[in-house]
Amino acid sequence: MKTAFIDFLTRLGPLAGAGLLLLLTTACGTGGKADDPSPESFAAPTPYVLLVPPLFPKPLPQPADNPLTVEGIELGRHLFYEKALSLDNSKSCGSCHQQSKAFTDGLARAEGVGGTRHARSAMPLQNLLWEPRLTWDGAHTSLEQQARVPIENPLELHQPLTAGVTRLQKLAKYPDLFGKAFGTSRITEERVLKALAQFERTLVSGNSRFDRYNRGDQDILTPDEVRGMELFSIHPNGRIRGGNCSDCHGGTLQTDRNFRNNGISSSFGADLGLGGLTGKSTDNGKFRVPSLRNIALTAPYMHDGRLATLEDVLDHYNEHVQFSSPNLDPLMLNTTNDPLQISPNLELTAQEKRQIIAFLHTLTDEDFVKDPRFAAPE
Amino acid sequence: MIFSRFAALAASLALGTMLLGSCNDKDNDPAAEPQKSVFSVELENTVGNRSLNLDTDTYTTPAGDQFTISTFKYYLSNLELLKADGSVVPLPDTYFLVDHANKASQKLQFSDVPAGDYTGLRLVVGVDSARTKAGNFSGVLGDDQGMWWAWSKEFINVKLEGTSPQSPKGGLVFHIAGFKGANGANNTIRTVTLPFPSGSKLLVRPDHTPEIHIKVDALKMFSGLSTIRFATVNNTMGGPASVQIADNIAAGMLTVEHLHAN
Repeated sequence: MKTAFIDFLTRLGPLAGAGLLLLLTTACGTGGKADDPSPESFAAPTPYVLLVPPLFPKPLPQPADNPLTVEGIELGRHLFYEKALSLDNSKSCGSCHQQSKAFTDGLARAEGVGGTRHARSAMPLQNLLWEPRLTWDGAHTSLEQQARVPIENPLELHQPLTAGVTRLQKLAKYPDLFGKAFGTSRITEERVLKALAQFERTLVSGNSRFDRYNRGDQDILTPDEVRGMELFSIHPNGRIRGGNCSDCHGGTLQTDRNFRNNGISSSFGADLGLGGLTGKSTDNGKFRVPSLRNIALTAPYMHDGRLATLEDVLDHYNEHVQFSSPNLDPLMLNTTNDPLQISPNLELTAQEKRQIIAFLHTLTDEDFVKDPRFAAPE
Repeated sequence: MIFSRFAALAASLALGTMLLGSCNDKDNDPAAEPQKSVFSVELENTVGNRSLNLDTDTYTTPAGDQFTISTFKYYLSNLELLKADGSVVPLPDTYFLVDHANKASQKLQFSDVPAGDYTGLRLVVGVDSARTKAGNFSGVLGDDQGMWWAWSKEFINVKLEGTSPQSPKGGLVFHIAGFKGANGANNTIRTVTLPFPSGSKLLVRPDHTPEIHIKVDALKMFSGLSTIRFATVNNTMGGPASVQIADNIAAGMLTVEHLHAN
């Protein structure tokens, strides 16, 4: 009887079903859980207080209908590493987003189920609480909404979430985990996405040597690293030398959260970046400015992973910017250490490049990549 | 004894206030406390008389240089309302970052403003040096806003980036930043006074939500006191050229177009 009733509701569709249940409960005034005719005895989930590292800006407002809870985050962690969410049980979110690599995969372009290749490189997952727009072209504004995309994309986990939910229902651990997180053991697409988003929100990296230096531990960086930091943050003008990095990768977050064309291509192929999303030709070739936190762990670099090492990246900005690239950022055009301000190139010395790279290594947060809270469950 | 007399006075005043509070509508009793209300400032960024459209539109300076704008951001701070009698009402702790790419940032809201008839506005274009030195920034002053020079610990007061065929390498990068240098030689923070159009007053009253409409003309950065030609000035990070542009900004980038009484 109970099963038949639920089947009936399922056929009605979730909204209509919920509406009907609401009507029923309102009519008889039982006050029971609206989405489960047989009461379950799950305690209310425990609110989770997320600690924001010192000096970080205030996180962006988060969805009121998905507050962080200890149990929600724990469920999210299980789902993040759950291979049943992929077509052939071969991959999870954690396959392309590996903790040891600041949640990237070490590949130029991400590899999906069956060895398919994505057009873009897997982005690191860190400090997402401060990101107003997600992925390389900013196509998504909420983690709940975004989480569905890689699960269902044929080039990634390649399985409709509805099928994933059916498979989760057959795994013994999930009814209890969902019950603890959401009050009832019912497994739904919405709950999967909410739990994944909760887990992702806890991935905060803020304890690199760079952070500790900024918090006052002035001896923690070597002179070369400090000089690298200065060069990193200075826009050169012929009188003062600089690497021109922090106009875009600035501040505590190490990103301006903008979209820019940094001149890696003189023309664009199929992937127009922001322009593909907005349809504006003036946005073509613009991609998200990624945070440089943990950058030493996230090779290869750029949206398509075309640059293998940090040395290659420095060489790009110093001497390989494609000046004919449409919509090239003005910060790429007018930036040189040439005292006469004539050279088109940045004109860093080999030593300066080395010092900037030394500084980039100070952005590595060992605590973050070893934090057991973010690792695959036992 | 003076103390006890004072105490008695204070007690009777307090009692009086309580009595007034209990039987009178506060709004009808201006003596009880000064009336407060709200107003807003709407900022319209333009290039001359044309709308500012980032990236897509090409503009021409009075000197004939063509250019596009990809970024236009500026701080406004330390706002003060001016009265005809010369008195000034400061609006405490007012720091705003206006970003043309962020529509919401182009409307400034003020509350708890003493009621009155105001004839003008004074403000700082940029972040004052005292606040800069005080540190401990958050919100629009945070280092995630793209307006902070970490190495010299100064703010970019006004940022304009774009392109120009007259610029030898094609780019325009104007970071009108900083306040240091010998005797403040590189100071780019400017205070501007903006009288309201003649005859119009900002009437701050309960039940009213008046609005000041300010035009911010980016073109004025490149003309006025000094003519900026992009062939020679196209990449300023503070320093003398930034000071020239700051002077142009002070001389006329902001004007009050009109007021809405609302």
